[in-house]
Amino acid sequence: MASPCLPEELLIATLARLLEGCRTIAVGVSSPIPGSAALLAKEQSRTPVHVDVLESFGGNSFTEGSVELFDRAAQGRVDAFFLGGGQIDGAANINLVGVGDYPATKVRWPGSFGSAYLYFMVPRVILFREEHTRRVFVPNVDFISAPGVSGEEIYRPGGPHAMVTGLGRFSFDKARARFRLESVHPGYTLTDIAENTGFDFDHDDVPAETPEPDAATLAAIRGPVAEEIAKSYPKFAERVFPAA
Amino acid sequence: MTIEFCDSVEQLMAKVPDGAHLAFAKDLAGAPMAAVRALIRAGTKDLRIVTVPTSGWPVELLVGAGVVSSVETSGISLGEYGGAPRFNAAIKQGAISIKDATCPAIYAALQAGEKGIPFIPLRGVIGSDVQAYRDDWKVIDNPFAEGGGDPVLLLPAIRPEIAVFHARRADRNGNVYVGIQRELTVLAHAAQETLVTVEEIVDGDLMASEESAAAMLPGVYVSAVAEAPRGAWPLGFLDMYTEDEAHLAEYAALARSDEGFASYLLREVHVAGELESA
Repeated sequence: MASPCLPEELLIATLARLLEGCRTIAVGVSSPIPGSAALLAKEQSRTPVHVDVLESFGGNSFTEGSVELFDRAAQGRVDAFFLGGGQIDGAANINLVGVGDYPATKVRWPGSFGSAYLYFMVPRVILFREEHTRRVFVPNVDFISAPGVSGEEIYRPGGPHAMVTGLGRFSFDKARARFRLESVHPGYTLTDIAENTGFDFDHDDVPAETPEPDAATLAAIRGPVAEEIAKSYPKFAERVFPAA
Repeated sequence: MTIEFCDSVEQLMAKVPDGAHLAFAKDLAGAPMAAVRALIRAGTKDLRIVTVPTSGWPVELLVGAGVVSSVETSGISLGEYGGAPRFNAAIKQGAISIKDATCPAIYAALQAGEKGIPFIPLRGVIGSDVQAYRDDWKVIDNPFAEGGGDPVLLLPAIRPEIAVFHARRADRNGNVYVGIQRELTVLAHAAQETLVTVEEIVDGDLMASEESAAAMLPGVYVSAVAEAPRGAWPLGFLDMYTEDEAHLAEYAALARSDEGFASYLLREVHVAGELESA
């Protein structure tokens, strides 16, 4: 009898479903759960899927440095990418820079990395942030590392497609610059999400529950995905997949 | 062009003047930690740093030591050891000026530097606060767009005065093996001078065979080289050695306070440096 689904496994399976149909997926630094989801999507796809994990030896196909990721993205060669944020607001603006008045922010995060570019270029950007609190999901971000939407005059083939948090899964309507709650993870309620979100979002009166991965998916996560992700994230793999 | 072979990392870093515009590549490409310690010991001040496109430990230590006046970067982090405490504290106190960038902008500006052109356009970025705070960036309408419109970002070329990195090996002509770390080639092409520390200096011409030549930065771009075995320590370096986890974890704990950082600096940079340079 397989052990019950862990929260990380639910997130991996939920993110992987959002990647269905993608041919090329890129994953940024410090992203073991998105990385696992990309590997699961590849594992379960009937057509070939190419996954590039940044800053991992052997995990990507860049021979010209990571500039290649950006060049490929600008040419439409990258179908999906993950972004997060120290703050995310209801219009899908993301902040990776800090809290308070810029530049002397009272809390400083690493910086915007490639977000100000990839958010514009990659068609299916999936926002992922495990912590779902009002500290993260704010009415307005303090610094816009990358805007959720742009005016019609701006060249922008890409943008936010969905958002997954520790509590639920959202879609994003670019025309209205608004999130819609699509499903609530098992064990949580719409009220939990509303209480922990600093902005309004659309939802059904009784939102769906995020489905847990089936037995075959769980086996794939605990087998080939666990083995592969351990190469880039050994500490994560040890913690989540101790048996693998 | 002659390449200087320095007897020590101290000698190599003595070439960096006060106020230099200094470039570092991302840590995984080869963080020149021995060079960073030598630079702090040399007392060089007011460094203006650009990271290609990110950094971690080199900038953290230099900023903590108070020798940096400005940083242009897309991200500064200690990776698995969390945020960079001294860098973050300096930002909060306004002790350094920060130019927030985004990775492809730094790459593109260096590519303009490589080509000797004054600026380069880049897609994306418009409407972000990254762009809003950069007085040195401009937006114009694409001059080739039919019917006008199509705003596009323009970035001035970056030509750092001095690039510093650590690599696997160099030959006696100053040809440096960079392997797949191609950001180092872009960086060295754009920089006016490049100072390199290497794990080893080898006999023979590394440019002689087609197989190794493809992985080389030709010595024509290199000003000076110093041998520095384990020169990336306490970080790991490619497949040659792994990071010193205990050391890095201790740093991350100490650097949370001014006193802790000061004790680290004294012990690991100044006192240890007398042994390192002996």
